[in-house]
Amino acid sequence: MLRIDDLVVRYGSAVAVDGISFEVGAGEMVALVGPNGAGKSTLINAISGLVPLHSGTVACEGRIAQVPEGRQMFADMSVEDNLLLGGWSIRNRDVGEVYDLLPDLARMRKRKAGRLSGGQQQMVAVGRALMARPDLLAIDELSLGLAPLVVAELAEHLRILSRERGTAVLLVEQEVALAFDVCPRALVLEAGRIIAAGPSVELAQSETVRKAYFGDLAVAETMTGATAPATTEVST
Amino acid sequence: MTELVAYLISGIALGSSFALIGSGFVVVHRVTRVVNFAQGSVAIVGGMTSATLLDGLLPHGLGEIAAVLLCGVVGLVIGLLAIGRRGTPPLISLIVTLGASMLVSAAIIWLWGQDPVAPPGLGGSVTILGAEVERQRLLVVVATGVAFAALALFFSRSYLGKGLTASASNPFAARMVGIDVRKMGLLAFGLAGILGGLAGVLIAPSNPLSFYSDLPLVLSGFAAAVFGGLTSPLRTLFGGLCLGVAGQLTAGYLNGSYQTEMALLLMLVIMIIRSRAFVQEEVK
Repeated sequence: MLRIDDLVVRYGSAVAVDGISFEVGAGEMVALVGPNGAGKSTLINAISGLVPLHSGTVACEGRIAQVPEGRQMFADMSVEDNLLLGGWSIRNRDVGEVYDLLPDLARMRKRKAGRLSGGQQQMVAVGRALMARPDLLAIDELSLGLAPLVVAELAEHLRILSRERGTAVLLVEQEVALAFDVCPRALVLEAGRIIAAGPSVELAQSETVRKAYFGDLAVAETMTGATAPATTEVST
Repeated sequence: MTELVAYLISGIALGSSFALIGSGFVVVHRVTRVVNFAQGSVAIVGGMTSATLLDGLLPHGLGEIAAVLLCGVVGLVIGLLAIGRRGTPPLISLIVTLGASMLVSAAIIWLWGQDPVAPPGLGGSVTILGAEVERQRLLVVVATGVAFAALALFFSRSYLGKGLTASASNPFAARMVGIDVRKMGLLAFGLAGILGGLAGVLIAPSNPLSFYSDLPLVLSGFAAAVFGGLTSPLRTLFGGLCLGVAGQLTAGYLNGSYQTEMALLLMLVIMIIRSRAFVQEEVK
């Protein structure tokens, strides 16, 4: 569904994404994790077409919509207007489906987006992206600044989307435990390159990944329902 | 008392045209962060074109509409010059609009000469509270009210208007949802041209225009826009009306040649008073 081949993105002389290749299948949920400055947001912006590619290709069989870092609301406009603008590229003015999936949005549809809480704004951002009827939803920092309960609710919505509508999800996330919990497969980035990739359960148990990027975080212990194998094999 | 009423009504009419020109500044600045200093010359093109078209070529109504639409095209061309190249910084675009204003002024002299031109307006007058008021001045006030109502409806109700508002509110998010922010900027320039043209068409029958009118019009329009913080059309309307009334009272009770100075003085006062608000709006 999404195929990235040898992608390079530069900001002047600085290389932000350095020869990355990977694929995402239809309905698949894939996490992009890594330390600050690893190139995760640049990669997702390049996939969404917001950042020019230096070289390589991004091929997607379908529409891509992004939930950006920091929500990026149209603050002075109503929730409903924010949603309607999400369908700009396909002239989609039917918000009914989004309200069905995220009923809270229907209740706050007349409120100014800038006056909502962080969690509510994130829900608007997800709903706005869904208005484009995407085949791939690229999410940059789902949990940033949100309470755990709100994050859990949003994560459940993503699972429903993937399961029931076949929407692929590419999740950039600082909270590694959350990313591994939501997405069965993950890619670990460092300095613009993929340094590890594979099933999240295996990555969570990888000593190299844990020590190099997550310090002493007991990722595996915080994952719910994940059973780690005795030995791990992480593709690089 | 009669004198005062006459000054107030003519001030409101003049201020309405300042507000129309000022709202053009606002529409462009909101979306592109560019101050379009060609607004005044576009208004003059509107007034002069309507004079030419109404001189036997087109009937009233059609002539004015055609002149306003032409100004929309002129505004669009200025937009293409100012922001047509991707990544042009707003300061460079501002200088381009100044250059475009000079070009338009040269074209005005070439086409219409240097003498003031006044198209035929609504003839006759009506009596309001004992004061004789030209019907043309009342038309300016009514047409400005209708234009601002239409503008408000366009921005709040139409999908395209919401796209413009979104581009002004958050350009990054607008690009993310697929809105071409540069095209929205060009649309804003076209819309500003229409607003400026409308001002010129409405004001010219009562206040004959020449290329010399550019500076007073652009200063007064910009002062009104500054009153609106370069962001609010409604506050720009209020600012334009204040300027118009203050100018007419100055001309009536003091000296007519102080009108432009009055606009400049008010603009300076507003900028000093509202400087903190400007900074806050820029940060936002």
